This record gives sequence, C-alpha cells and structure tokens, in this order.
Amino acid sequence: MSAPLLKVAGLTKAFGGLVAVDKLSFEVAPGEVIGLVGPNGSGKTTAMNLISGALRADRGSIRLGEAELVGLRPDRIVRHGVARTFQLVRVLGSLSCADNVAAGLAFHPGGAFGAGARERIHALLARVGLGGREELPAGELTYIDQKRLELARALALSPRLLLLDEWLAGLNPTELREGIALIRSLRDEGLTMILVEHVMEAVHALCNRCVVMNAGVLLADGPTAEVLRNPEVVRAYLGEDVETDDLPPPRLPTGEAATQLNLGAGGQHA
Amino acid sequence: MNALPSPAAAGNPAGAGRLALQALMVAGLALLAALPWLGADDYLIAVGINILQYGVLATAWALFSGPTRYVSLATVAFFGIGAYTAAVVGETLPWPAVLAVALGISVVLALVVGLATLRLSGVHFVIFTFGLAELVHQLVNWYEVNVTRTLGRYLFVDITQVQIYWQLLALLVGVLATGWAIRRSRLGLALQVIGDDEVVARHVGIDTTRAKLLLFAISAGFIGLAGAVMAPRWTYIDPAIAFNPVISFQVLIMALLGGANRLFGPLLGVLPVAILFELLSGSFPNHFMILLGLVFMAIVYFIPNGLFGLLQRRRHRAGKEGSK
Repeated sequence: MSAPLLKVAGLTKAFGGLVAVDKLSFEVAPGEVIGLVGPNGSGKTTAMNLISGALRADRGSIRLGEAELVGLRPDRIVRHGVARTFQLVRVLGSLSCADNVAAGLAFHPGGAFGAGARERIHALLARVGLGGREELPAGELTYIDQKRLELARALALSPRLLLLDEWLAGLNPTELREGIALIRSLRDEGLTMILVEHVMEAVHALCNRCVVMNAGVLLADGPTAEVLRNPEVVRAYLGEDVETDDLPPPRLPTGEAATQLNLGAGGQHA
Repeated sequence: MNALPSPAAAGNPAGAGRLALQALMVAGLALLAALPWLGADDYLIAVGINILQYGVLATAWALFSGPTRYVSLATVAFFGIGAYTAAVVGETLPWPAVLAVALGISVVLALVVGLATLRLSGVHFVIFTFGLAELVHQLVNWYEVNVTRTLGRYLFVDITQVQIYWQLLALLVGVLATGWAIRRSRLGLALQVIGDDEVVARHVGIDTTRAKLLLFAISAGFIGLAGAVMAPRWTYIDPAIAFNPVISFQVLIMALLGGANRLFGPLLGVLPVAILFELLSGSFPNHFMILLGLVFMAIVYFIPNGLFGLLQRRRHRAGKEGSK
C-alpha cells in the first residue's frame, strides 16, 4: 500500500458510559474506495462524524496526508479536503439547487463564486443527473434527487477524501444501479472515498477493501469478499453462529434485508 | 441570494415585479428626501423621523436576523448605547465624531457579546439577547446613580428636526446599500446557508461564528448610529427612555410583518405599524400597551411569513390558476 491519504489511529469517542468508537485504527490509500460496514449502532456514523469534525474525538489521531484533523472545526477540515454527505439527507431546502452547489463552491481554496462559478455549478448538477433544475428550490426535490444534490454539493468542495454515509440507502433497483455507476465513475477518476453502506451489492461492486466495525471496535479489515465471509463478521450481522460454508441460501434473510445483507454475492461483484 | 443572477430577470413576471417594486421603493425614497422642500410642516417631519427611525432599525435588524433566523431582542441595547453615547459626548465633540464614537462602541459591544452568544441558537439566543438589553440598561442605570450621581442627561446641540430627518434618511440609504451589497457577496450566501442549516454551513467550509459575528456587528453599528442620531430629538435622555424594551419588540414585529428575509421587506412592515402606533398612542394613551400586544399577536397569527411572503404566495397561486 502506498503512503496513506488517511490514517486513523486509536480513535475513541464515548457518550457518557457508552463507548461509540473504541480505539479504531485503519488507513486509506490515495484513490482507494473502502467500505465501512457493520450492524446498526456499531459506530460507523460516529467514525464519519469524527473524521469530518462534526464530533470531537476523546483520544486518538486522524491524519489526512500531513495534517492532523483531531481538534479542528468542520470548516477547517473541509479546507484540508474532506467532504461528506449525511445519513439523513441535508439539502438547503429554501435555496435553489444552483445555490446549494454554489455553497459548496464558495468557501474553500480553489472554489469560485458568482458568475465565475456558473459553469461549474451546471457541470456538477449535470453530473449527478440534475441538469436543468438549477432554479428549482431544493426542498421541492424528491428524496433521491436531494441525495444527488447533496453529492453535487460535496463534489463542489473538490475533496481529496469523500465520506458517503449510506448514500445508496433507500434507492430502487434502477436508482441503485445509476448510483453505483456514478460512484464508480468518481472512483475511476481517482477520488478517495469511504462508504458507510448497508447495501452490500454496492459494497461488493465499489469497494476492494472493507473495514468492519461492531460495538465500536474494529472487527475486520481486508479485501471485501474475504472480510464479508469472515465468520465473526457474519455473526455480528446476524447475531448467531453461522457456518460460512452454508452461505448464502439457508441463513440469509429475505426481502429488503436480503438486499442489504447480500453477504454471499462477493464473488460475483468484486 | 444571487450566486447565479438570472440574466432573464427582466424577462419573467417575477423579475419584472421585483424590479417594479424596487423602482417603487426608490421613488418612495426620493419623495421622502424631498419632503422638507415640499412644505412639510413640523408634524409631518416628526412622523417622518419616526418612520425613518424604525425603517433604519428594522432593516438593520433584518440584515442579521433575516438570513440567519437568529431572532435578536438586543436592538434596544445598541440603540440605547448610541443614544447615551451622544448624550455623554454630544456637547464636547463635533457631531461627526459623536456618531463615530457611537458607531465604535456599538460595534465593539456587538463583537464582545456576539463572541459569547452566537454559539447559542433558537430560544436560548432570543432570551440571551433580551437579557443583554436589560443588563446594559441596568448597568447604565447603576453607573449614573452611583458614579455620576444623576439619572438622566440633557443634550443641547445645534441640530434641527429636519437635520435629524436627513441624517436618518442617509442612514436608511446606507443600511439598504449595505444589505444590497451583502446579499450579493459570499457573506450573504454564508448567512443564507447558516439560516437554512448551520451544520451544513460548517461542512461546506463556512466559519459560521465569524460570519455571524461580522454581520451582528454591522447590524449593531447601524442601530447604534440610529440611537445617536435620535438623541438630540429627545433633548432629555434617561436609561428608561433609551433602553425601552418595547423598541426591540416593535422593530421585530415590523420586520416580521414586512418580511425579514427581503431587503425591502422590513420597510414594507414599518409604514403600517408605525402609523398604527402613532394613532393608537394618540387615541388610547392608557391602553396603548394592551393594543400593541393584540397587534403583535394578530400579525404573527395571520401573516406569519410577512407581507412579502403573502404577496408571493398570492402571485404563486395566481400563476398556477393562470396556467390551468
């Protein structure tokens, strides 16, 4: 692995007596797309919040290149090149789509504002499939389009590291395919990303490496297909003893849960 | 926000309507400027001063509170500081220097208070600003009683009513021009983003504390200047007059009535409310505060989005019906 772009070491965050992230350590190489996975409540979003500065770590280190991010405010972390989307989509509802993207362009080095930003705004909206909706208030977009807009705003920050927090959750199969293609195109351009995802189809398709968390601690870190067949990981997800040789048919849940926990699909998509 | 100024603004009905409204406002300002030359009597000038005073206060209040949606009740703290500064140094310094000192003290107070309060939001901020105004009031009271051994000051300066009127009009043009410039700047966009979602604001690289502090200070500067300009009109100033908390509520209700998030919105609210207050205080001096409360409630209940919002909704509805 080349020199890491992101190096997380001993990261710890507690809320009262609950240790949400406990001595978490992992690295992300430039251009790498990793999946940060784990059951609900395992500390994934807390880890994202710590990296983006929404929360302040109790202990540990987060280095982006040469810069230490722990202790910096979110607006400072943005200037170092970290952009994010939110688990519950957050667009600026009373502003137009164009102004939402303008907000991403205006406040960082290398950004643009006013007439100079116009072309980049159009290009970013077109890239996420929102071309022609520049003047529409963001609050009037559908949920999926709001997610697209949030991604366009994050890309407007020209990030070195993009954090996507369940960006693909809640999409129908067609939208999911389009979403995966969009993120893949970003990966192909060399953008480094961390995906917090429950949609395993996307994790298999996009991430060559996975970091698995459970109850705040690192459970596994390695190639996606291998890690997701790790018995401990399967046990963490399903909450019982599972023979990996038996997977996928007998132990897999059905319906939406099956889509989210498509643990056996690694070989087909990796 | 005008990150993307529409080149077709003049070509669409909304853009044309906005231009017509702005032209109307400019014509109104021109008419106000010419009022003393048009044979306006003392009463009319007095009413004009009252309207201009609230025009400056409401527009300056909305500079900060409009986009950020931080409801400040500290208006009278800065207004009172301006007025009191004029009362203290008005007879010893040339008038422009008096205004400069009032501006400086208001801005410094806003910066100091802002650093402490702008991390608060919602109702906490509202209560804190209300408390601040009362704190400043009581501090000035205490200082006057215990240090200068006097409560109340006389200010005799050679400034006529018409000159006060002109100064307020200039101040109004200044605050409108400042608001216009801010709305077209990065700072304007930053404040819109903060008002919509402060978490997002921080995650797109906005130093939210700095942006809010800057505009809070600009707003306070104009409010302090208005207080200083108004001081000679009263001649006698004491803390109860200068720091009357009703002023904060009046300004708030005027800005909300017109539309706090529009440049000319607060002015639209000032005219009817100022005239109504004038009538009510003249006709029902003993029941004025009760009637004022009822007017406040009626405005908040029936026109929560302000007159601008009401006009916009009607136009939107008319547009929809027209397209059927």
